[in-house]
Amino acid sequence: MTLIDTRTPDAKRLIPGATGDWEVIIGLEVHAQVTSEAKLFSGASTAFGAEPNANVSLVDAAMPGMLPVINEECVKQAIRTGLGLKAQINHKSVFDRKNYFYPDLPQGYQISQFKQPIVGEGKITISVGPDRKGEFEDIEVGIERLHLEQDAGKSIHDQHPTMSYVDLNRSGVALMEIVSKPDMRSADEAKAYVTKLRTIVRYLGTCDGNMDEGSMRADVNVSVRRPGGEFGTRCEIKNVNSIRFVGQAIEYEARRQIAIIEDGGTIDQETRLFDPNKGETRAMRSKEEAHDYRYFPDPDLLPLEFDQAYVDELAKYLPELPDDKKARLVNSLGLSVYDASILVSEKAVADYFEKVAAGRDGKLAANWVINDLLGALNKAGKDIENAPVTPDQLGAVIDLIKEGTISGKIAKDLFEIVWNEGGNPRELVESRGMKQVTDTGAIEKAVDDVIAANPDKAEQARAKPTMAGWFVGQVMKTTGGKANPQAVNDLVKAKLGIEE
Amino acid sequence: MSVDLKTVKRVAHLARIAVSEDDAQRMTGELNAILGFVEQLNEVDVAGVEPMTSVMPMEMKKRVDAVTDGNKAADIVANAPATDENFFLVPKVVE
Repeated sequence: MTLIDTRTPDAKRLIPGATGDWEVIIGLEVHAQVTSEAKLFSGASTAFGAEPNANVSLVDAAMPGMLPVINEECVKQAIRTGLGLKAQINHKSVFDRKNYFYPDLPQGYQISQFKQPIVGEGKITISVGPDRKGEFEDIEVGIERLHLEQDAGKSIHDQHPTMSYVDLNRSGVALMEIVSKPDMRSADEAKAYVTKLRTIVRYLGTCDGNMDEGSMRADVNVSVRRPGGEFGTRCEIKNVNSIRFVGQAIEYEARRQIAIIEDGGTIDQETRLFDPNKGETRAMRSKEEAHDYRYFPDPDLLPLEFDQAYVDELAKYLPELPDDKKARLVNSLGLSVYDASILVSEKAVADYFEKVAAGRDGKLAANWVINDLLGALNKAGKDIENAPVTPDQLGAVIDLIKEGTISGKIAKDLFEIVWNEGGNPRELVESRGMKQVTDTGAIEKAVDDVIAANPDKAEQARAKPTMAGWFVGQVMKTTGGKANPQAVNDLVKAKLGIEE
Repeated sequence: MSVDLKTVKRVAHLARIAVSEDDAQRMTGELNAILGFVEQLNEVDVAGVEPMTSVMPMEMKKRVDAVTDGNKAADIVANAPATDENFFLVPKVVE
C-alpha cells in the first residue's frame, strides 16, 4: 500500500531525543475473532475452553479430501463490521492460500484474503484525552481493509522437555483482520484506537472483544522519523494481547529505534515480540524465508459474491453505534460530551444508563450512573454485568429524590443499602424511616434545640454569618440527614437573625 | 520468465520437499519448459476478460451457522505418531 501522511506533526506528541525531536508513526493490524457458533469453513464449535481437539472437524484437521464450505454468518458479521467502520463493502472478494509451515497449521496454509478483501477503506474517529484543560481531541484514523481468515491452532511448549503440545480447537475459527492506515502518532492514540475498535465490534455484536481469551489481539507497526520527514523503516510487534501492552510496546519500541538511529545505526525491518514481564520488545528468531507466503487463490473456494440488496438488508438491522449514541445523548438528553463519552464507551454501560434514564431526568441519571454506580463498581472491582444494583433499583432511587421523598444525601445511603442488601428502594425508605422531613415544625424544633444548646456559637454566628453552616450541619446530624437542607438553612438564618 | 537452480531449491525448501542435487537440476529444466508454455499463453490479450473460476456458472456454497461437527478428538489424533490426552505431540518448536 502507498503510505499517505494524513497528519500534521504536533509538538505535544513528539518524543525528545539527544539530537532533536522525533515523531512516532503507528499502524495496527487487529485480529478480531468473529462471533459465530461454528467455524469459518467447518461445522465445529468455536466455544472457548473445550477439551483438547474436541472442537475439531476433519476439515479443521486438514484430513485429505476435506473441502471448506463457508459459514454465511461469518460473511454477514464481516459486512456488519465493515458498515460499522463506514467502509467500502466489496461485492466480490476472493479467498487465497497463505502458505507457511508450523505444527499448529495442519493445512500448511491459512485460508485468507489477499488481493480482494471483503471490506475496503473506512475510518474510525478516536478521542484522545482529556488533556490538562479537560478537553478531548477527536482524531480520524483510516482503515485500509478488513478481511476474513482462519485462525491457527495453539501450541503449548511447557508441558514436556522435548515435545510441544498442539490443540486445534482454534484452528479454522473465523477472524477479521482489520488493518489501519499508519495514521497514529502516539501510544495514547494507538490505545484509543484499539479501545474504540473494540467498542464498535461489541456494539455490533461481531466480536466479543475479550482480549484475555485471545478474541482480539494486535500486531503493532512502529517506525520513527524526524517530524514531518520521510517515513522510517518499521518493525512489527506481533500478537500484543492487551491495550495496556500496546501502549507499553510502542513507548519502548520508539525509544529503542531512536537510540539506534541517534547512535548512527539503521533500523532493520523485522518482527519483534513484546515481553510484558520485562516491558521490552525483542527480535523473533529470524526466519529469512518466513515472509514468502506464496499467496494464490484457493482452488477449493469460489469467489464470495453478493449484491447491494444483501448489504442493505444487513445495514437495516445495524444497532446504534457509539458515535451516534454519544451525539444523541448530548443533543437530546443534554449531557456533557464528557459524560456521554464515558457512558457510550462500553455497550453494557450505555445499555444500563438508557434503562435508568428512560422517562427520567437524563442528567441526574448520568450523574448517578457515572459517579455512584461506576465509582462503586470500580472500587469493588466488579463489571457492570454483575452490578448489585439493577437499573430499576437505581431508577427508583432517582424517582424518590425527584419526588422530594428523600434528600440527595439520604439517597447515597439508600444506594449503599441497596448495593449491600438488595431490596425495593421505595419499601426500604418506608421501613427504615428514611423519608425527608419537610414538616417545618419538626425542623424548627431541631433548630431551636441546637441554638439553645450552643449559645456561645450562636453569638459568634450573629457576628460572623458564615458560621451558620455549623448549625445547619448540627441540625442535619440530629435529624439523621432527613431534614430538607434548604429548609434548615433558611430556618437557621431566620432564627439567628442573619440577613441574606 | 525462468528459474535457476537456486530458486528451484528455495521453492522446494519452502514446500518442505527434499530434493537431491540431480533432481533439482532436472526439475529446473522441466519447470523452465512449463514456464515457456506459460509465456506463450501470456501472449494472448485478455484485457477486460474476467478470470474463469468455475466451468459451470454457480455461486459459492454456504453453510448455516450451526455446530454440526466435532467431539471426536480421539479420531482426530488417531493417526498422529505421538499424542497425550488427545493433544498432538510434535518435536519442540519454540520461538
